[in-house]
Amino acid sequence: MSTTVTEVPHRKREIIDKACIRFCGDSGDGMQITGSQFTNTAAIYGNDLATFPDFPAEIRAPAGTLPGVSGFQVNFSSSDVYTPGDAVDVLVAMNPAALKVNLPDLRTNGILIVNLDDFKENDLRKAQYPVSPLEDHSLDGYRLFAVELTKLTRAALKELGLDAKTMDRCKNFFALGMCYWLYNRSMDTTLRYLEDKFKSKPALVAANRLAMQAGYSYCEATEAFQISYEIPPAKLTPGVYRNISGNTALAMGFVAAADKAGIPLFLGSYPITPASDILHELSQYKDFGVITFQAEDEIAAVTSAIGAAYTGALGITTTSGPGMALKTEALGLAVAVELPLVICDIQRGGPSTGLPTKTEQADLLQALFGRNSEAPIPVLAPSSPGDCFWVALEASRIAIKYMVPVIILSDGYLANGAEPWKIPTTAELPEIPVHFETNPEDFHPYRRNATTLARPWAIPGTPGLEHRVGGIEKQDVTGNINYDPLNHERMVRLRAAKVEAVADEIPDVVPEGDTSGELLIVAWGSTHGPITAALKTARAKGQSVGHVHLRHLNPLPRNLGDVLKRFKHVLVPEMNMGQLLMILRAKYLVDAQGYNKIQGKPFKQSEIEQRIDEILE
Amino acid sequence: MTTATLPVYTKKDFQTDQEVRWCPGCGDYAILAATQAVFAELGVRRENFVMISGIGCSSRFPYYMNTFGFHTIHGRAPAIATGVKLVRPDLDVWVVTGDGDSLSIGGNHTIHMLRRNVGLKVLMFNNKIYGLTKGQYSPTSEMGKKTKSTPYGTADRPFNPISLAIGSEATFVARTVDVFQQHLKDTLKKAAAHQGAAYIEVLQNCNIFNDHAWENLTEKDARSEQVVQLEHGKPLIFGKNRDKGIRMNGFDLEVVHLGNGNGFTEKDLLVHDEHHPRAAYAFMLSHMEQRPGFPTPIGVLRSWSDVPRYEDVITQQIRDVQNKKGKGDLAKLLRAGDTWEVRA
Repeated sequence: MSTTVTEVPHRKREIIDKACIRFCGDSGDGMQITGSQFTNTAAIYGNDLATFPDFPAEIRAPAGTLPGVSGFQVNFSSSDVYTPGDAVDVLVAMNPAALKVNLPDLRTNGILIVNLDDFKENDLRKAQYPVSPLEDHSLDGYRLFAVELTKLTRAALKELGLDAKTMDRCKNFFALGMCYWLYNRSMDTTLRYLEDKFKSKPALVAANRLAMQAGYSYCEATEAFQISYEIPPAKLTPGVYRNISGNTALAMGFVAAADKAGIPLFLGSYPITPASDILHELSQYKDFGVITFQAEDEIAAVTSAIGAAYTGALGITTTSGPGMALKTEALGLAVAVELPLVICDIQRGGPSTGLPTKTEQADLLQALFGRNSEAPIPVLAPSSPGDCFWVALEASRIAIKYMVPVIILSDGYLANGAEPWKIPTTAELPEIPVHFETNPEDFHPYRRNATTLARPWAIPGTPGLEHRVGGIEKQDVTGNINYDPLNHERMVRLRAAKVEAVADEIPDVVPEGDTSGELLIVAWGSTHGPITAALKTARAKGQSVGHVHLRHLNPLPRNLGDVLKRFKHVLVPEMNMGQLLMILRAKYLVDAQGYNKIQGKPFKQSEIEQRIDEILE
Repeated sequence: MTTATLPVYTKKDFQTDQEVRWCPGCGDYAILAATQAVFAELGVRRENFVMISGIGCSSRFPYYMNTFGFHTIHGRAPAIATGVKLVRPDLDVWVVTGDGDSLSIGGNHTIHMLRRNVGLKVLMFNNKIYGLTKGQYSPTSEMGKKTKSTPYGTADRPFNPISLAIGSEATFVARTVDVFQQHLKDTLKKAAAHQGAAYIEVLQNCNIFNDHAWENLTEKDARSEQVVQLEHGKPLIFGKNRDKGIRMNGFDLEVVHLGNGNGFTEKDLLVHDEHHPRAAYAFMLSHMEQRPGFPTPIGVLRSWSDVPRYEDVITQQIRDVQNKKGKGDLAKLLRAGDTWEVRA
């Protein structure tokens, strides 16, 4: 159904560098799908991008209410994108509640598209608007487009003979079609998606397709939209790309690690927001022989993974903050029996149940110290969704090489956010050698490798290697139960030295930007995006700023102390109360300062820029 | 998997060089001896045994068995053992635990392991006390018992471990006694032969913190009067003169005296059926010892083979997918989905 329209002389097509769109509505309005589809289309078109899905905590709060608002933001550009965007250029708000929650983030003169049909008295009341914002001039600072989305969608679908509820569920695709017109995008990727997703329900393929095309045609036909935009493809490094979210990247990284190592992959996990998707994803990979076990609780999840590692598999467990807390005793056991185990903590707002769908990075101290006695564990943190793949590989490699549990600290924002990711060839993946002990002659379960201090991996079923391991302190080399005071101290120091030995393989840190000067920003995890963007702006202004982003939180890179000394100020932005800050101050005796935001939201680029200005003025 | 001939093992092959540190007189010595003797006869290569324990006196067991052994954390042995079995379903994995380890902190893992029917053999040593921590009450201690932590008596009813196992739909449930050496060995062998999860409660005496706990069953003459030894296909008869039996009376069990003009003969008695499809039957038997006048049943209460082992279902799923889709190709996986190319 295409309408030929004569080119309107005053219609403009503007080429711009970037744009930020936020789709928001009720949980039932399909905003996540709409946002993901726009994202995929932008990615395949070649833009660099970053996304920020914002889920409400409840599965389905009452329709039209403020707690039920769900949103999806995508920032896409012809140049490098580091964040999902501080301010929104286009806000698509499907109802008054969505408008109320999200309007503060729309920039002045931004485009505001609302569904006029859902701005009735009832809807306004649920959103606590005494007067309709469409009538009280409160929206005069924006380019408002109040569209009869519901009516127009139903009109487009009337030939299909569907009931009203089904037709209304396609409203989001009408809005998507509008945005495709606004940014001169092809609808092909979404058409392919519809054909695949609804292949057993052709009526739904047709309904959503028609709705999307109607939205597109609506913009083409009306004179309301004077300008459309063009954002050319970005100059990404040549290669083959896909759009990837952090959780998917972690899952694929583990499959790759086990494949390179030539051993089975075992995941013991328990559903918890925002980590459950890793369990879902890995359970699909049975063709790779991946064993996924949904355990009865968090403790069974980690202990089954320990049992699997004991038996010669790569043992993985995935969780969030509350689950990490439950696993601490078992992590101590993993430290004592020195087996390869990788623990993923997808951090979320706390304490306790906290904010399950909001991001935070306040589990660092828990990862470093959250066990009884001295139980050191290497800790790694990815800095972007695509980086999760490489961190999963690196953590697995370290776990196997040093026979040690390893913790990965990701967060909800990375887990669900997406970006274009350059797909590696299998040749680019690190080697992960595995040696299972087989020689019974002079075998001792705790005789260590001279460099790595790793003990042998002697798995059940190997003749002549029958031995016992356990949580009780053991004698160096023989592994027999031993309470001797000097032996205990020796073992505590050996376990610490083994974790420290991992630093042999950590490359020296080299700051982005200035390598010495006025201000060094030191950070970890998902703050990478906003800091990188702010750094560019600061240096373009002539400010003397460098940025070190740590992937290894334990052990730390050996030259970090030297690098810190080369700057007058050290700033540590963190989504917590100052945890890396505490470590840096204690270890390096440097007067580092924190910038702490604990709001369940990532930092904005502008917030970092402002703090840089304040420090350097 | 090696096809070399199986070595001929003796009990000595399963003994370690570690000094055994249980208290003199502990019931665990007898269980250890029986297990070492039985393992030698099971026809399994020694390297394929794995003993996994939790925390407690019971859980020191692996250190004294010359097999692969893993002394883990309190209550969690079933979960660790499940991980072992999922990676290597062919290994012979035994869980050694106690009443505190498996029914207090380990309760959750116990019921799920049994529900899932993971192919583990569970030896639960029930001494009705916390021995290692020196004398607190356990979930199987009798109500009103005075212990270190309950000087005025426990306030809670105990678990019946057998009833709990049956209630968790366990496919093999048995009870034996540390000092009934032959019965203990026979029960171990039967458990070893069962494919799915096999749960054995071993009544064990802690002579230091709860001596005489099972004396009513084990002292001279007590066995014949206070214990009914279940055997599949045989009637439930007990008593020194084999003069008492159990029969069904309506929906309940009843102790009856045989002969002497009472009118009851062996033909009236319940004939034990290990393979009864309904767990309710075994559940009724399991409650007998809590009732005045009833004997304590030992032997195999339930042995049900119609449920697949959890690890076999999981392994088969993987095999089915691999047969259908072929083995996973990492290069293909990385390129899957919507991709696009950026040219120089």
